[in-house]
Amino acid sequence: MPDTVFFALEVMLNGLMAGVMYALVALGFVLIYKASGIFNYAQGVMALFAALTLVGLLDGQVPFSHLINAIFGTDVHHFPSGLRDLFAAGEGASGFTAMLGRILGILIPVLLTAAVMVVLAWAVQKLVFRHLVGQAPIILFMATIGLAYFLEGFGDLMWGSDIKALDVGLPKGINETLERVTNEAFGYGFFIDNLDIVAAIVAAILVVTLTLYSQYSRQGRALRAVADDHQAALSVGISLNYIWVLVWSIAGIVALVAGIMWGSKSGVQFSLSLIALKALPVLMLGGFTSIPGAIVGGLIIGMGEKLFEFFIGPLVGGATENWFAYVLALVFLVFRPQGLFGERIIERV
Amino acid sequence: MRKTLTALALVMAGAVPALADIVVPNLSYRTGPFAANGIPYADGFADYFTLLNERDGGIGGEKIQVPECETAYNTEKGVECYEATKGTGAVVYNPLSTGITYQLIPKVTADGITLYTPGYGRTSSANGKVFANVFNYPANYWDGASIIIKNMLEQEGDSLEGKKIALIYHNSAYGKEPIATLQALAAKHSFELVEIPVDSPGQEQKSQWLQIRRDKPDYVIMYGWGVMNAVAIQEAVAIQYPMDHFYGIWWSGSENDVVPAGDAANGYKMISFHGTGADYPVYTDLKKYVYDAGKAAGDGSNPGNVLYSRGMYAAMVISEAIRKSQEIAGHAAVTPAEVRDGFEALDLTEARLAELGLPGFAQPIKATCDDHGGPGTAMIFQWDAATKKWNAVSDWLGADTEVIDPLVAADSAAFAAENAITERCN
Repeated sequence: MPDTVFFALEVMLNGLMAGVMYALVALGFVLIYKASGIFNYAQGVMALFAALTLVGLLDGQVPFSHLINAIFGTDVHHFPSGLRDLFAAGEGASGFTAMLGRILGILIPVLLTAAVMVVLAWAVQKLVFRHLVGQAPIILFMATIGLAYFLEGFGDLMWGSDIKALDVGLPKGINETLERVTNEAFGYGFFIDNLDIVAAIVAAILVVTLTLYSQYSRQGRALRAVADDHQAALSVGISLNYIWVLVWSIAGIVALVAGIMWGSKSGVQFSLSLIALKALPVLMLGGFTSIPGAIVGGLIIGMGEKLFEFFIGPLVGGATENWFAYVLALVFLVFRPQGLFGERIIERV
Repeated sequence: MRKTLTALALVMAGAVPALADIVVPNLSYRTGPFAANGIPYADGFADYFTLLNERDGGIGGEKIQVPECETAYNTEKGVECYEATKGTGAVVYNPLSTGITYQLIPKVTADGITLYTPGYGRTSSANGKVFANVFNYPANYWDGASIIIKNMLEQEGDSLEGKKIALIYHNSAYGKEPIATLQALAAKHSFELVEIPVDSPGQEQKSQWLQIRRDKPDYVIMYGWGVMNAVAIQEAVAIQYPMDHFYGIWWSGSENDVVPAGDAANGYKMISFHGTGADYPVYTDLKKYVYDAGKAAGDGSNPGNVLYSRGMYAAMVISEAIRKSQEIAGHAAVTPAEVRDGFEALDLTEARLAELGLPGFAQPIKATCDDHGGPGTAMIFQWDAATKKWNAVSDWLGADTEVIDPLVAADSAAFAAENAITERCN
């Protein structure tokens, strides 16, 4: 086969991988929309906030240091040691101890960040959405816009606006094994980024875990009951507040995963919140209420936009990816408003 | 009620600059997706004026007020900031945004205020015959492209014939600026130019870098901003593109762009029209009068970095233009029109830069009625990941005026024709 065909295949493969990254963000939207009917505009900012918190803990940054220094005239920025260094084994430690230290130095901050996201979920429910029960969806949506701006400013105040490198030990760069194997087989070495492979594995684990959780756990069944009919769920003793805190917590943890993946790719900076823009066409295509739909939608958008850029982009000046993603989503909205896997919208008179 | 109104009036009086002060609004962006770049620039800009106020009592005895207005790098907000502050006696604007600059050019021209856009904005505003109120010295986007090509020529034995050079650019008015210049240079030096646009903000660039991997260009030039830069450098690392063949314009060459890639960014090159680092004598005074006095604009982490240095450079040039305007006018409380005259008569010499504590930091500028673009010179710097420093790897290089000047003349002539502007300086 000519190199152009292989290149097209390589572009397609990388498009699928990019789609997985979009799907990671879209998953958080789906979880909250499915359980509460709220389109959470703040999902991208939640990913940013989670990534900022994780870097802060890893590097031992003092939260609100700008504020503290401004009020008390101090000059504090970092603790003597970040959690990463705190668990790092000293010189002369055995290989196992060193490895354990490295794992704990990352795992503990990740778990603490997850805990912060749970606290955030509780606060959001307690301070905002509990007071908005029964309001029209547009009011709830507007509340999430307010939440997004609040959280962005809060993250800035807490951790600062400077760009931060995020290294949690994920492999990056070309997968040399795949390149070698494909080169030997086809005479064309395929490029796949190791980080994208990790993202695909993590996304697969997330989807399986979330599906199993919602199908077979007690809370998962309660969550589905609330999603189906709030009032019926309330009548059988399911606490709406508890379920909403639960689902916002899970969405927060999914945001953390997305924040880690995207933050490892581009550094943690405030533009990270814009990844939500990439999730919107995925949601329109896959459906707002389907977890597998988010993945399939992500794959279609990722692959489609890359192939379109490859085949059509050069004819129209390039940079077509965002345009294509939204146009494809628009076409789906026209012919299948609920998306590929969304629940069919039926209004009975 | 009267007491309340009196209190309110007092508060408002405190919120606006005193009438005798010279006002230089700082249209900054400390929030939003581009905050990481906006903050150090705004800090450098503010700290330099604070130094002048604290050490010298201002310029010519007039304190300089630098009220900040947040634009979030948003053009509409930038215009709002201009409208909100121009009535305070503002003499010059430096919005750090090409989009805002394009919107402000007709406004400042009508209002008689100066727009100073060092290294950004509308390139052809270097032509003072058409753009009376806009100054973009010491260098513009087209100079930058030309100087990068000149550095490549030096490395390739003065010939780029048959070479392939890729331009990866932000798909915006800013990113497209160098295309015409590079096309002209490609024709002159017989190299092939590959243009690769990236959708804003540029967080996902896989297809662009797969194209670069396939096409194997000899060099890559980047015109990016914000997250696009960091992602591009990481993608270049991922496809194992040689970093010393990858050049960024000055807006694609700050610590923010290389730090996320870690050690792998070692060797990346960028072009700058000023020096970097905190080794200049001016930092001794900044430390004494600004940082240690608790009057710094930021948290102390930025002094010496590329964007802080650039903000400080802009403030230094503005302050020298104000000083010149006072000299011409014969009084200290200069008007916006007099400050414009000061910009047009600016003569910033090497000796003066040394007096300011910035020896060798930048090249001299001698503005004239028709030359608002300055010397068009810059240096190439290379990132050393181990020491986390930019090291100069070239002397000051000048742009290819044979190519640039006709482009500036043609673009400014088109602007003059569109806006019925009669050329000055004849």
